[in-house]
Amino acid sequence: MQRNVRDWLLGIALAVLPALLAGCSGGILEPHGPIGAANRLILFNALEIMAAIVIPTIIAALVFAWWFRESNTRAQYQPHWAYSGRIELIVWSIPVLVICFLGGVIYIGSHDLDPARPIVSQNKPLEVQVVSLDWKWLFIYPDQGVASVNQLFVPVGMPIHFNLTSASVMNAFFVPQLGSMIYTMNGMVTQLHLQADRAGDYKGLSAQFSGDGFPDMGFTVHAVPQNEFADWVAGVRRSGPVLDRAGYAELSKQDTAQPFTYRQIDPALFDAVVTRHIPPQPGPGTQRAEKAER
Amino acid sequence: MLGKLTWDAIPWSQPIPLVAGGVVLLVLLAVIAWVIVRGYLPYLWREWITSVDHKRIGVMYILLGVVMLLRGFIDALMMRSQQAIAFNAPGYLPPEHYNQIFSAHGTIMIFFAAMPLVIGLMNFVVPLQLGVRDVAFPTLNSTSFWLTATGALLVNISLVVGEFARTGWLPYPPLSETQYLPGVGVDYYLWSLQISGVGTLLTGVNFVTTILKIRAPGMSYFRMPMFCWTALASSLLIVAAFPVLTATLGMLLLDRYLGFHFFTNTAGGNMMMFVNLIWVWGHPEVYILVLPAFGVFSEIFSTFSGKPLFGYRSMVMATLFICVVSFTVWLHHFFTMGAGANVNATFGIATSVIAVGTGVKVYNWIFTMYGGRIRFATPMLWAMGFIVTFIIGGMTGVLLAVPPADFMLHNSLFLVAHFHNVIIGGVLFAGFAALTYWFPKAFGFQLDEAWGKAAFWLGLIGFYVTFIPLYAAGLQGMTRRMQHYDVAAWRPWMLVAAVGVLILLAGGICQVVQLVVSIRHRDELRDVIGDPWNGRSLEWATSSPPPSFNFAVLPNVHGEEPYWEIKRRAIESAHLTPEPQYEDIEMPRNSPTGVITAFFATITGFAAIWHIWWMVVLGLVAAYVVFVWFAWRDVDEYVIPAAEVARLDRERRGARQAWLDAHARAEEPA
Repeated sequence: MQRNVRDWLLGIALAVLPALLAGCSGGILEPHGPIGAANRLILFNALEIMAAIVIPTIIAALVFAWWFRESNTRAQYQPHWAYSGRIELIVWSIPVLVICFLGGVIYIGSHDLDPARPIVSQNKPLEVQVVSLDWKWLFIYPDQGVASVNQLFVPVGMPIHFNLTSASVMNAFFVPQLGSMIYTMNGMVTQLHLQADRAGDYKGLSAQFSGDGFPDMGFTVHAVPQNEFADWVAGVRRSGPVLDRAGYAELSKQDTAQPFTYRQIDPALFDAVVTRHIPPQPGPGTQRAEKAER
Repeated sequence: MLGKLTWDAIPWSQPIPLVAGGVVLLVLLAVIAWVIVRGYLPYLWREWITSVDHKRIGVMYILLGVVMLLRGFIDALMMRSQQAIAFNAPGYLPPEHYNQIFSAHGTIMIFFAAMPLVIGLMNFVVPLQLGVRDVAFPTLNSTSFWLTATGALLVNISLVVGEFARTGWLPYPPLSETQYLPGVGVDYYLWSLQISGVGTLLTGVNFVTTILKIRAPGMSYFRMPMFCWTALASSLLIVAAFPVLTATLGMLLLDRYLGFHFFTNTAGGNMMMFVNLIWVWGHPEVYILVLPAFGVFSEIFSTFSGKPLFGYRSMVMATLFICVVSFTVWLHHFFTMGAGANVNATFGIATSVIAVGTGVKVYNWIFTMYGGRIRFATPMLWAMGFIVTFIIGGMTGVLLAVPPADFMLHNSLFLVAHFHNVIIGGVLFAGFAALTYWFPKAFGFQLDEAWGKAAFWLGLIGFYVTFIPLYAAGLQGMTRRMQHYDVAAWRPWMLVAAVGVLILLAGGICQVVQLVVSIRHRDELRDVIGDPWNGRSLEWATSSPPPSFNFAVLPNVHGEEPYWEIKRRAIESAHLTPEPQYEDIEMPRNSPTGVITAFFATITGFAAIWHIWWMVVLGLVAAYVVFVWFAWRDVDEYVIPAAEVARLDRERRGARQAWLDAHARAEEPA
């Protein structure tokens, strides 16, 4: 019976693994930018370093347990064997060596892929200011003088420098196929550099729970050739509302949103949100809290 | 008069919580009615509710843990089914309900399922293994338990009266501030954890004192069983970490109740402070749970291999190493906050360094099996399931400790799969292994092996079918806590995970059936001599179940495995050691202090949640009065006469001698 169980488990493992790998397309394992690709490489490197130790260890555990089963008369019972200096040395050395190796990967990776570190490129980066609101994303293009909600157009092959903040609670800006995520927090600016190497539409989302509208905080990143990006900016400038203080107040109502664009922006808006010259986005309890303060 | 509490607090318009709450209430009332009608109440009051016996308290902790595990598992069933159907659809749980469910699931599983299981095991096992009669502060121990039960009760009241937090299991501000969540949900969370947190801290103090100061004669530190070492490490972590939790939640309480600005957006508040502080507690908490689990498996690997634990001192060092280093890694929970490369690198390396301690343990368990004669009873099966599962979970954990990898996997279902991998594969598997292993000691009969093995296989397979898909979905960018989603690639994984959770359900049913079958067949499964697994540490030296005083005469310890030594000598000479001189034994009297204090703590907590200030004052004053009344007691011990001790011990010796005689006959050449 035990043999049957084993065969069965083996069968499941063989069936599941390829399906797992094949099924994992589209996420972080299929990056379309340098940051995502570098992150994935580090992930694989770390996985390989550990797998080299982990797989033999699992096999050893199973083999020892099986060989030294009570019913195996060929196995030698050593009821008093409980210490061996040599094995102890190896037992401590293996994990220490693995961690030394991995520590190097961590150190180098942390520095090379620090989200605040600019991407080396001949192109001047596109500046994008990001504000997370309850429950939508506002993307401001300060140099182009336009803005969009829940959609992000970026030119292919050009580094993008994000300055991110939050109007209310914490969120995390995350485009799985482009690379690293980063928190957005009120009153603070976080930095992120990404780049899309291939044209396409990429799913973006918030990766930090932020309340009832959280699952609708998805957005689409449209990576388009540079000339199409210019066309898009020109098109946006022709129509749509204006993102001034009044427009921002309208956007600040707690709700989800469909994608749309602003033809014109208040260039000081992002700084006003960060420095709280525009107070944090109100929530259902804000009035009560203000009353209590008075 | 009743603060914010009105009839609207009960969710009349939401059928799911209403019906669920109603059913729970009915079951509860039925149980209470049954207890009263059958006249069990005086027995329960005398023998259990007011008991200060560490064994009884341990059993009650575990019972609480199992009941809450069931509640948390129902939450899990709802989450998995919601995500299985909520692809481009709203599903059957609206956000305000779904968000409560995942918050309650995490809170309940960590604080009211895993913690009571672990602390219950420590309560039951540690004094027996140390060869002593009780913990250092028995009444305090009872108070700890009842305060934990208070917290669990408040969380469950939130099901029908008001709401629970909609923040996730750690209420990150500013979302958890009154500006964004003005309701009582976060308050339920805060007060239940503040009250149960006091209980946990007292447990930590109690066990540090017990292990450091109260041990059988001759039991030096390096003769303590491994489980006691891990219990000590875990208790030290509790003493060091839980005050941080209390302070952090206290600051959030001040923000919410008195308009302070510790973590608010405005007026100089800083939410990053909360995130740091909560994880300064939160990461050691993981080791508070998992170190005793390591202890359990150390006992099991050794017992079922028929060998002493390999590299005992090395294991002690690894335990203490993990204990210390666990305080230096908290930042890995938020590499994505943008702290900078050097900070991230430092904490990433510190985190992977912990894996050294764990790795050493894994190798020592493997070499414990080497040269053994391994019996694959249910606890050993769980141990094997643990070692494979935990290695995988540890590996994915170290992956997440690499900042660039974490930048893509943080908060994803990959992370969710990772911590379930280590908490289910580590703590829960240890819980089930330990229940099977020590059940005969607690109740005098073994659990049915066939149902136990079925529960193991279903649990193991169900675990992998549930969580491997979550790893995959995480690699595809799926983040946690989504009430609905619109990415088609995530869907298949959610469906497979839903099947997996049903397999886990089948495993859970097997556990229940196992218990029922075992109780019905308890006479065949009786543990007559008190040593059903051929054990090695002192808990197996006494009878099953042990007398209230545990040991008629405190054992004299001469080595690392005192009971194994006693047993070996007895078998060699075919006789027990000569009967000792029995003396009167003084034991602590039962006390209702704990349960009464907790009763008033419940009132205080409930009243504070609903802003019923007079009731808060009443509860606090009454709890203080109970404390003073207890402090005033004249008699705190009762005496068990030597004759009674002798009678009980002779029974035990008789059973053992009969076993020795039978053993000697079987060994004789025919």
